Amino acid sequence: MSSIIQVKDVVFRYEGEEEPVLNKTTLEIEQGAFVVILGHNGSGKSTLAKHLNGILTPDEGSIFVDGMDTRDYEKLLDIRRTVGMVFQNPDNQMVASVVEDDVAFAPENLGLPPDEIRARVDEALKLVDMYEYRLHAPHLLSGGQKQRVAIAGVIAMRPRCIVLDEPTAMLDPAGRHEVIGTIKRLCRMNGITIVLITHHMNEAIDADRVFVMSNGKVVSEGTPKEVFSNVESLKAEGLTVPDTAELLYELKLAGFEFPAGTLTVEECARAISSALK
Amino acid sequence: MLKDITLGQYFPGNSFIHRLDPRTKLMCTIVYIAALFVAKSYVTYGILLLMLCLSVAVSRIKPSALLKGLKPLALIIVFTAILNLFYIKGGKELVSFWVLSITTEGIKTALFMVFRIMMLITGTFLLTYTTTPMALTDGLEIILNPLKKIHVPVHEFAMMMSIALRFIPTLIEEADKITNAQKARGADFETGKLTERAKALLPLLVPLFVSAFRRADELAIAMESRCYHGGEGRTRMKKLSMKASDFITIFASLVFLTGIIVLVQFGF
Repeated sequence: MSSIIQVKDVVFRYEGEEEPVLNKTTLEIEQGAFVVILGHNGSGKSTLAKHLNGILTPDEGSIFVDGMDTRDYEKLLDIRRTVGMVFQNPDNQMVASVVEDDVAFAPENLGLPPDEIRARVDEALKLVDMYEYRLHAPHLLSGGQKQRVAIAGVIAMRPRCIVLDEPTAMLDPAGRHEVIGTIKRLCRMNGITIVLITHHMNEAIDADRVFVMSNGKVVSEGTPKEVFSNVESLKAEGLTVPDTAELLYELKLAGFEFPAGTLTVEECARAISSALK
Repeated sequence: MLKDITLGQYFPGNSFIHRLDPRTKLMCTIVYIAALFVAKSYVTYGILLLMLCLSVAVSRIKPSALLKGLKPLALIIVFTAILNLFYIKGGKELVSFWVLSITTEGIKTALFMVFRIMMLITGTFLLTYTTTPMALTDGLEIILNPLKKIHVPVHEFAMMMSIALRFIPTLIEEADKITNAQKARGADFETGKLTERAKALLPLLVPLFVSAFRRADELAIAMESRCYHGGEGRTRMKKLSMKASDFITIFASLVFLTGIIVLVQFGF
């Protein structure tokens, strides 16, 4: 598979600050993959997200989106329609007072003909299961529904990649479940590359690839099994591991033997029951 | 108290007025306001009131909803009435004490002013109640489009207005939340002298403004991420279109305005 986003040795500091937020960050995201970027607060993960569609541009190093340099101002619109972005607070990314008008915002900006916009809006709302709410006012929806409308608003651009910056941080467990289910489906069924930035470890279990960030650097990367089997180093970065990995790690310390890389609840239960035999 | 704000509220419906193009409704409202300022007698006011009642009936908006919109402005209406009642002198003197006196002319002017304000507000509310904010701002943008030639940022104004309307409920919710949080910490918004109460609002307004600015910042980034780059090259999903009924309505309203002006010229 070819890569859609290449981040190479990126250094970035906010104006007036000494310490760089991103310090030689390097990573590559493959087309069609479900990628999770983990990191504690202040690790630079949100700053990295804003680099992926050219809202911020690197001081040093380079970022290529589908072969386009994010510093190339001429290509900015093409970059933004290739990489869609969903943010933490769903209220602060809606512009219109009616759901379907909000979803239409991006295709309207792209200057598409009205029929095409209508078709894309309907399609996007159906993909996130919000079609029957198309005439509702956004402020009357639940958090999970609002966030799904925000995702639809991005899908309407037909992006090849969607970056979600802690999309579940303000949601209750039910809303979190809705949103994570929706983005997984978009990745697996529709082939859209997903970059999920989060600090909920459990959301990373099904990922194709996990990057762990700390102090503006990628400190660990690999499949979830590889990354989460390294419990000590994750804890050293101030991160927790998924509950299953934590349990098996504690049991291992107590002297039990388990196969490496057990992450789902079922696998974990099986491993424990076979160890007890 | 905040829940009473009905500004920009839309009542869904499918009446003749709901289906009119927003530009038609905007123009009719302007014509109606002009007529209100031209009118100066019982006859002309009566005709205008009749027109308003007729429009409300056609729109199938509940009159109680319109009257509710007047509530926050009750103070201004009463104030205007009292001022005119005592200030305008003329005609027969009815009551007189100290330096104040009420004359027949004063009563008439006060009555007209009250009706003028009330009809002005209900008329404009009828516009926002029957038109979605999006359609309204779209219509406004098209009407004002010629001003772009002299570098008036018409698109930006329309966008600002629709975002403002979109965020009214969000900010009201937030204000309610902050009020409750401050009350829980012992803040007192209800008692004390006027100056004390105004001062008590400070711990409500500061966090509200801070959060509004943060929201604005995040919204701007979200809009840019969705390829917003100003009004240039932007298309609309719902294209506005004027139908025959729109042209007839505008024509009728202009005839109506001319009629009122003629009546006033002839001394009615």
